[in-house]
Amino acid sequence: MKIEIAGQNAFVVYFAEHTSAAVSAQIQAAVDNILGSMADSIVDLVPSYASLLVIFDLDRSDPYAMRQGLRLALANLDATDAAAGDLVTLPVYYSLESGPDLEVIAERGKLSVEDVIDIHQQQEYRVYAIGFAPGFAYLGEVDERIAAPRLATPRQKVPRGAVAIADRQTAVYPAVSPGGWNLIGRCPTRMFDPASDPSMPVKVGDRIRFSAIDRERFLELGGDLGDVPDVAL
Amino acid sequence: MSGFIVKQPGLLSLLHDRGRYGAHKLGLTTGGPLDFIAFDWANRLLGNDTNATCLEVSFGGLQLRADTDTCFVITGATAPCKHNGVNVEQWQTREIKKGDELEIGFASAGTRIYLAVLGGFDISPSFGSSSTVLREKVGGLSGDKLQANDHLPCAAGRLAEHCCLPEQERPVYGDSAVLRVVPGYQQAAFSKLQQWRFFNSEYQLTDRCDRMGFRLEGENVHSDLVGMLSEGICLGAIQIPADGQPIVLMNDRQTIGGYPKIGSVIAQDTPRLAQLSPGSRVTFEAISIEQAHNIHCLAQARFLRTIPLSC
Repeated sequence: MKIEIAGQNAFVVYFAEHTSAAVSAQIQAAVDNILGSMADSIVDLVPSYASLLVIFDLDRSDPYAMRQGLRLALANLDATDAAAGDLVTLPVYYSLESGPDLEVIAERGKLSVEDVIDIHQQQEYRVYAIGFAPGFAYLGEVDERIAAPRLATPRQKVPRGAVAIADRQTAVYPAVSPGGWNLIGRCPTRMFDPASDPSMPVKVGDRIRFSAIDRERFLELGGDLGDVPDVAL
Repeated sequence: MSGFIVKQPGLLSLLHDRGRYGAHKLGLTTGGPLDFIAFDWANRLLGNDTNATCLEVSFGGLQLRADTDTCFVITGATAPCKHNGVNVEQWQTREIKKGDELEIGFASAGTRIYLAVLGGFDISPSFGSSSTVLREKVGGLSGDKLQANDHLPCAAGRLAEHCCLPEQERPVYGDSAVLRVVPGYQQAAFSKLQQWRFFNSEYQLTDRCDRMGFRLEGENVHSDLVGMLSEGICLGAIQIPADGQPIVLMNDRQTIGGYPKIGSVIAQDTPRLAQLSPGSRVTFEAISIEQAHNIHCLAQARFLRTIPLSC
């Protein structure tokens, strides 16, 4: 573990070179310890794949106190409890209609479309990071057989709820946005809703499972197929 | 409801408090005034709460009509300001009456102008803050910039005494700046030579500068890094993508990113960068985190010990 300076009022803690469920659990445990021991000095925290950015209040702390506080908070990480995270199941309507890139991924892996859909559901994913846009949760890691590089030209418009793959990561688009990920289905669950509390169904460290639903169920759950993604170039 | 009516919104006028903190876990950025120094003075001169909501007017072009009797002050970039057609001074509080017109023309020095009203604009916070972040559609009036006919609610009120900031205490907005940087993040992945180039070259602001980041052009700088995991980004972080041209990440930056960073511009200097226009020149100066802390403490002391003049 390394504590590096990020800026005048920020340190970044690097936990490992690569990400894994164990590293993610350590980061969660670190967040808990830091908030437990020095919440008053903290302005904000950004947990990510293998690091944690700690932004502190210059009026309530200083670089020396923070570095020492971080050393103590990171000394005894009990990653066992945090490792569990909550298990959240997200329903997905997988189909050629809702997942225009399913065939491309199938061809690449010499699989059938059904295989791709099955393999995506077999894995339990972990929320490694949230960013890019409000509610955008990066989930890892996707089975290598269905991993797919980002599109050469991103789509101008990816609909809300699009379930997508980029390399070995998967995600559900929280809102209509441009995007270069491969689309394989649609999830009716709102990933970011400012009006509800909590505004997100998942947080960093949670475990996610996807479970296939049919078109009818998707619509029943409030899914909307009206917003059509652009054709991939 | 009392307040102001927007007659002309200007190019980019946004409601902001000091920013949104504690919401990075949802992927929400900080927002807040690009020039917190001018923002803080606006609230201080009126005796407002330090987090009161003000209007950040980028470049100018704003026209409002008062729908209530209150007081206001305009700080930040130098711009022609008119109250009922009569020029008024910036950095000085004034009364305004229901039906009066207030106009902020285009900035002649600096780019970000701040308008504060007594008690602040009354905007209900989203995720703990009124700050408007367009990309996230959060804050302000339904997450958007000001539009014609918007209503900016605020309470009626009057000051017992008007005041202004002594002239020598007002920032001077030029067309160049030395930006102090605390080296950090992937600094070690930049060779001594590359770091020397970065800290000894002049960079120019491109026209791709916005509330997310300021893209600069000049000497190429390269790191030895091949691929890195995305990580949290703090205010002022200097990201150097494969093209070797630095981007200083500002208030509306994405919360995580995967480009190498050589360090971060200190908070006292991001406002100076924000007040520059495309074509302006900047250089970077490396300082230690201890020096940066001293600079912060001195700036705080200056702010707290400078007492506005009554006028």
